[in-house]
Amino acid sequence: MTALAYHLQIVNLLAALLLLISFAMLSQRRVVGLVTLFAWQGAALALSTAIVAWSTGQHHLYYSAAMTLGLKVIAMPWYFYHLVKKLNVNRVVEPMINIPTTMLIGIVLVIFAFNLALPISEMSGTVTRSTLGIAMACVLLAFLMMITRTKAIPQVIGFLSMENGLFFAATSATYGMPLVVELGVALDVLVGVFVLGIFIFQIRETFDSLDLKHMEKLKEK
Amino acid sequence: MSAGILLQVAQTLLAILLAPLLMGWVNQCRAWLQGRSAPPITQPYRSLRKLFHKDAVIAHTASPLFRFAPYMKFACMALAAGIVPTIANDLSFSPAADVIALVGIFALARVFLALAAMDIGTPFGTLGARRDMLVSFLAEPALLMVFFTASLISQSTELPIIVATLAHKAFAIHPSLAFAAVAFWMISVAENARIPVDNPSTHLELTMIHEAMILEYSARHLALIEWAGALKLFTYSALGIALFLPWGIALQGDIAALPLALAAIVAKLAVGGAALSFMEVVSAKVRLFRVPEFLGTAFLLAVLGMLIHFLLEG
Amino acid sequence: MELFWLLGIPLTGGIFLALWGYRRNAPEINALFSLLTLAMAALLTVRIVEAGPMMVGNGWFFIDSFNVFLVALTAFVAFTTALFSRPYMRIEQEHGRLNATRLRLYHSSYQIFIGAMLLALTTNNMGILWVAMEAATLATVLLVSLYRTPASLEAAWKYFILCGVGIALALFGTILLYFAAEKVLGSGGNALLWTHLNGVKAQLEPTVLSLAFVFLLVGYGTKVGLAPLHSWLPDAHAEGPTPVSAVLSGLLLNVALYAVMRSKVLVDGALGNDMAGTLMMGFGLLSVVLAAFLIVRQTDVKRMFAYSSIEHMGLITFAFGMGGAVTNFAGLLHMTMHSLTKSAIFFAVGHATQKTGTQLMDDIRGLIKTNPTLGWGLMLGTVAILGMPPFGVFASEFLIITTAMHEHPWATPFLLLALGVAFAAIFGKVQPMVFGETELPKLPYQPAQTPVFLHLGLVLMLGLFIPPYLAAWYRQAAHLLGG
Repeated sequence: MTALAYHLQIVNLLAALLLLISFAMLSQRRVVGLVTLFAWQGAALALSTAIVAWSTGQHHLYYSAAMTLGLKVIAMPWYFYHLVKKLNVNRVVEPMINIPTTMLIGIVLVIFAFNLALPISEMSGTVTRSTLGIAMACVLLAFLMMITRTKAIPQVIGFLSMENGLFFAATSATYGMPLVVELGVALDVLVGVFVLGIFIFQIRETFDSLDLKHMEKLKEK
Repeated sequence: MSAGILLQVAQTLLAILLAPLLMGWVNQCRAWLQGRSAPPITQPYRSLRKLFHKDAVIAHTASPLFRFAPYMKFACMALAAGIVPTIANDLSFSPAADVIALVGIFALARVFLALAAMDIGTPFGTLGARRDMLVSFLAEPALLMVFFTASLISQSTELPIIVATLAHKAFAIHPSLAFAAVAFWMISVAENARIPVDNPSTHLELTMIHEAMILEYSARHLALIEWAGALKLFTYSALGIALFLPWGIALQGDIAALPLALAAIVAKLAVGGAALSFMEVVSAKVRLFRVPEFLGTAFLLAVLGMLIHFLLEG
Repeated sequence: MELFWLLGIPLTGGIFLALWGYRRNAPEINALFSLLTLAMAALLTVRIVEAGPMMVGNGWFFIDSFNVFLVALTAFVAFTTALFSRPYMRIEQEHGRLNATRLRLYHSSYQIFIGAMLLALTTNNMGILWVAMEAATLATVLLVSLYRTPASLEAAWKYFILCGVGIALALFGTILLYFAAEKVLGSGGNALLWTHLNGVKAQLEPTVLSLAFVFLLVGYGTKVGLAPLHSWLPDAHAEGPTPVSAVLSGLLLNVALYAVMRSKVLVDGALGNDMAGTLMMGFGLLSVVLAAFLIVRQTDVKRMFAYSSIEHMGLITFAFGMGGAVTNFAGLLHMTMHSLTKSAIFFAVGHATQKTGTQLMDDIRGLIKTNPTLGWGLMLGTVAILGMPPFGVFASEFLIITTAMHEHPWATPFLLLALGVAFAAIFGKVQPMVFGETELPKLPYQPAQTPVFLHLGLVLMLGLFIPPYLAAWYRQAAHLLGG
């Protein structure tokens, strides 16, 4: 193995950490724990983006890192903490599928993602290309989390965690998207979270609970 | 060759003799951290001596297997201690067994002890044996995964080669090894019946695992089992050190490095033991039905480590 | 300049209506903004028809005959829907289902939704296209849950989560597209400009692009309502207010399909085979068949027509998947016909359900007696959407099916079966709604049926005779899609 420069080794380590956090989120039973993990995931993402920006001289990545830090590490977790406290929904919740099974499915997804990413990362010219597989795995794991959760807030966190994975994928495959697009995406995500905030209050008001199990009336008969 | 045999014998004896000391050190650290007055570090030796001087009491229903099991367990642990490089790397035993065989040796010891526990026919023995089998059933694949990760990096399952490769290498961050190390720590805790999986100092039927199996043993049999237990902890610690922190070990034919290696291993064991006792003090024992999750996490980490190795370091 | 106004007017409208709040004449202002948008769209169309494709704003916007046709359609349906919603929402308010705050939200989001769709249609940047699509979703989430009933909240939640996941996949597809483009065009904003990509499409890495297309198709396809990710669509259509159902069905699905088509053109160029087309045919056919059989089981009128939308979008996707000049032409024609007809049907259905106070078809009877215009509107709309001549839907469906028979004979039995089942089911259910016996008194007010007959009139006209300039225009657009 050729020795990588240290900062890239750190990026790799952060990538591994991102994956680990994704798994931790899958196994987390408490909403507050989930929010904390989400904040950590954002922090790892911001740090690795900043390191990539520094090591490759891609200045627009600094903005992207700052945006991640501001939105996903500070603003959104704060908002979620606030929401959880206000709605008093921090109970232990068992997911739909028990946790060890979810984990096993998660491992299968990781293998799938790695295989899928392999041909692409071979073509990529970035120094961070090997982390693309991890990014894809994070996306799939977040997807899995959305499927196995029945509560509103965990589903949203799963959605945002998916966004994290996508940003990471963009960073590792192409050093990020053009700045305008990243700004637009960030704006959409921000608006999305606020829309959801309103929405969660509406659900709470109407159903007196945030359990989406109440929301299974609309099915094909 | 003869130097190799000499080293081998010296290292095995050293392991057997030092093992209770490590146990004593862990107990002492724990007592300090809990604010109790600590027993002397040599306490395990004293208990062993006391046990050896007692008369053995054996149940009427016991078969020869029951008497034989402690010797078997001790022999297995001694053999394992001989395989794992502690101070020197060129051991003449090592080519005989690689990491996979090592897992087999641990399993052999466990099977005998479990059989012996069921042999008497008391409910506690059976319960302990069943729980212990559950733990090992979950821990073993995880342990194998950890070994696979380490052997993928060094392209060999032979411990000396793994150690030599890792010790020689320029420092590099291996996320895969970091994952494997955490997984290995969790597995060691489970395999050695420590908190949070088991509590070595409890005899509460709801929670005990390992202690339930050896309730019927006394005197020299108990002494051997306790000693073998200490040896197991020592071997696992040495294994962890060899895999993840091999620096300082005496490599092939380097006799002069032996004193330094000895100092290094003692220092590492001291730190490791202190860390173990610290973790035991700060964590609470998990309920039995959460143990599969604990070990599942270890397995997951080990598998992730391996996958990440393929992706990032392959 | 027209473009600037085209995008600026709905945005200003959205902000203005949000700030101004709900006053007595807010619905008129909403319609006025839509009218201005329509005027701008008309001006833009005239210019494109005269001067050909153009790039605006440093290449950030690109208008050719394909998207200008959708811009015109979007602006037109948006305007007629605004006209329809004016009396409709007033009556809803009188019935106490809505209050001033919610109407303010409704008008403001409506304009922003239209603006986002127009942005998605006119932008040249595949990344901005994604951003605009997501913005359009966000603008409509709160519209679907406008009534705050449990069912509407559930529908909106499903809409948000499913489309959110879908759109996230599309983002990944966009990232892959950028990844492939970056190698050829260099990094930076230009690498996602469609015109630039189109210029170098043959050099794009085929493996990456095929993977990107799968993600884009599944992602935007969720929004098109393609099976198996369609389940948000019937719920959102059935539980949201009727004007919202009309614009979702008539416009948003088109815009999502537009995004798929723009990607397909690139992928076809890069791959040189019809992998993209085959995928689209597969998803399209599955949607048609699945939707047709689900229509049979529906009891809710809006849900039934929502499934009919899935069926028609599936058919259009199938047509574009076949991808010859004739089928592209037919696909574009069908897009137009479907938008006009389906929104007309939703207008009629809206009044019918408003009057009877239920969406269950069993409880709606004898519309022809309570209000002849309404009854005839619904009946004619149904006949049109089922593809009866002389309406325009017949022409486009006929073209699609004959081409399918010729080029992909294996698909024909499925298509015919699905269309037959849908025909029998919808006709069988609508007929008693219109002609059945009823005890209900006559409608106390005259429903706003001008938009219904305007739409149906256009559909009828296009079925009998497509003006030469329009045909030329369609042909041009079809050619752009690789015909």
